[in-house]
Amino acid sequence: MTTQYLLGNEAIARGCLASPVHFVTGYPGTPSSEVIDILRSLPERDFYVEWSVNEKVALENALAAAWCGLRALCTMKHVGLNVAADPLMTSAYTGVTGGLVIMSADDPFAHSSQNEQDSRCYALFSRLPCLDPSTIQEAHDMVRDAFALSEEFSLPVIFRPTTRICHSKGDTVTEDRSHVIRKGEFHRNPQQYVVIPAHTRVLHRKLNQKQPLVKRTLVEKGYNHAVVRGPVAIVASGIAASYVQEVLPDGVSFMKIGAYPIDEEWLSAFVRQHEMVLVVEELHPVVEEAVRQVAGCVAVNGKKNGMVPYEGELSTVAVAKIMQACGIAPSRVFSEPSPAGDVPSRPPILCAGCMHRPVFYAMRKVFKDGIFPSDIGCYTLGLQLGAVDTTICMGASITVASGIAQSGEDRDVVATIGDSTFLHTGIPGLLNAVYNGAKMILVILDNRVTAMTGHQPNPSSGMTACGTPVPPVSLEAICRACGVSYVETVDPYDLVSLLSVLKEARERPGVKVIIARQPCVITARRSGMRRGRYQVDPETCTACGLCVKFGCPAIEKAGEKAFINDLCSGCGVCVQICPAGAIGREVKR
Amino acid sequence: MTRSFDILMVGIGGQGIILASNILGEACLIEGRSVRGAETHGMAQRGGSVEGHIRIDGKFGPLIAPGTAHLMIAFDMLEALRYAHFLAPDGHMVANSHIVIPTSVFMQGAAIPDKDAVRERLEGWSLCLVDADALAAEAGSPLSQNVVMIGAASWFMPFAPSSLLTAVERLVPKKTVAINRNAFELGRVAGEKCKEGSRKA
Repeated sequence: MTTQYLLGNEAIARGCLASPVHFVTGYPGTPSSEVIDILRSLPERDFYVEWSVNEKVALENALAAAWCGLRALCTMKHVGLNVAADPLMTSAYTGVTGGLVIMSADDPFAHSSQNEQDSRCYALFSRLPCLDPSTIQEAHDMVRDAFALSEEFSLPVIFRPTTRICHSKGDTVTEDRSHVIRKGEFHRNPQQYVVIPAHTRVLHRKLNQKQPLVKRTLVEKGYNHAVVRGPVAIVASGIAASYVQEVLPDGVSFMKIGAYPIDEEWLSAFVRQHEMVLVVEELHPVVEEAVRQVAGCVAVNGKKNGMVPYEGELSTVAVAKIMQACGIAPSRVFSEPSPAGDVPSRPPILCAGCMHRPVFYAMRKVFKDGIFPSDIGCYTLGLQLGAVDTTICMGASITVASGIAQSGEDRDVVATIGDSTFLHTGIPGLLNAVYNGAKMILVILDNRVTAMTGHQPNPSSGMTACGTPVPPVSLEAICRACGVSYVETVDPYDLVSLLSVLKEARERPGVKVIIARQPCVITARRSGMRRGRYQVDPETCTACGLCVKFGCPAIEKAGEKAFINDLCSGCGVCVQICPAGAIGREVKR
Repeated sequence: MTRSFDILMVGIGGQGIILASNILGEACLIEGRSVRGAETHGMAQRGGSVEGHIRIDGKFGPLIAPGTAHLMIAFDMLEALRYAHFLAPDGHMVANSHIVIPTSVFMQGAAIPDKDAVRERLEGWSLCLVDADALAAEAGSPLSQNVVMIGAASWFMPFAPSSLLTAVERLVPKKTVAINRNAFELGRVAGEKCKEGSRKA
């Protein structure tokens, strides 16, 4: 046992190693990605680990490993669970032999996500147990024990940390790594693993029969606990429980829910000892709905009567305010100082030398009234450059593009998608667009890595999660196999070629694919690539501002004229934009 | 119940706030104290405004409430202004005396924030301005800015300086230990002047 200052996701990875875990799969997604990044970078590994191409693929692989008796972990962000929902729902019927833990990290406030959905709803929906940590220590301990819990119930267990668990830090006592190795063995059992109607009806009944034992066990193990201290109670779950504890006054009862399903009898016994219960939780009122079902004539405050917001994340300040509104005096009150006004915002921005920027620039030049469906990745920041018109979910750039094109829209539809997102769920959309005769252009922004979430390798990177070299997949061959006849690959730093290929594609019928390929500037720099910097000759610069409007963080204004700072990575695109020829290679003095 | 000592670090993605936060966390472990922290991860880091919360002796959630931070360490003066309302009325602010202009300001042709005007707006806080860029260069690497800032702010933290220095030595890359030791000491000297001299900017 050691005490360390750990990131939540690192504590989760350590918990898995203490269990131990034998088989790890997942698809990167903030805030879940560091768990596999830590496990795959360990110098010594006695378990299997992969970055899968999407979450459905990841879960099915992990489920198979658990059927073979291994302890398996599958990680994803909350929206990834939508992709994996198909195997999830039926895995509850088949159950598992080895422990299967599905980590689905929720993101209240959508810090880095397209929505604020609640993975606990999937637990209710699938009737699977769900663990919901309120501290980093608890996250470590819960995930360590979740594998055994999964084996005890023969059910997959959903583990649901939120952003403020995954990306917070704390002093954490971690248990030593266990090295108990298992070898997977599949035992044929069609009644369990072949879900034809005759089998699945039986399996469904078995799943329902397991529920009372699951509920009781979660209370017995202390995941759900309570202390009665007065006529008023606060019930809280997840990180919100930590916020409540910071301002909980004496004489107010407290119940912490850390696991689902909740035992209604136990909950009812607690609730009915009080005159009023306040339920504090982020996202969906999962706990509140359970409390309201058993409350009888006890007054309940929460989201459903407008006392707690449905959206966003909570904080100690927010919780103190909610308590006051419900007539509970918090042990500490906060003033509400307002931020200084008129401070220019500093949003995240595509890196200096990022290959996405010239592509968006060229698209806007060639398709002045084009429609630009896009996708999930760093390139969503192309919104700032006016080249992203839609983003909904992974892979949807292509399908939204074909949908718009087939709707009778006359303008050019030009979709953008990254290499990893294309391989994740983009391919079926491309196949569909070609098959059904859509007229559109797809630009694959191929930077050879899953950049946004921390540069995880994918099949286009030429290596596995653990760095084993493998042949990179050919995006050109995939597109051609989907039936695309116009597939052109172009260097996005070569603006002339980029513009001419876009113009050519505009004139062709059907689905056209342009693959713009350059390694991500961050991975390129890490691998030692140096291109040399550029500079502006102030004598020649006419202060026209075209290079500044390009939006590269390496290009500033020094007075009226342009100036290139030391963020320059040497892509050379601005040289091709400058009408005065004022930008050239840096001359060392 | 003793309250935590709350430090907010603010800056721009890529300036080393995560390492700085780890150094403070390690110093807590060295002194056997509990700690909670939270910081910006993921794409928001790509040159965006970032924050790191550290609650020394913290036992609950990781987030610092506005108006309650005991100390703010700002890696950029514009970010100091953006987050100044997090500081308690009697809190201290230690800020790098530089401003990185957001690219969007240039792109939109908006008014470029003026350093003196920003400094004026920070008056009223106990402000210690440190030229971290110059001190980091003097220490041997511009990347040691974050450690310069920790050194300067060390006067306002409830740690023995030796705990902080040990934490720095443990967490920075092995090859850069000497540079970072210099950076810490240079920062500490710069911070001492603030502590002794006029605290108001």
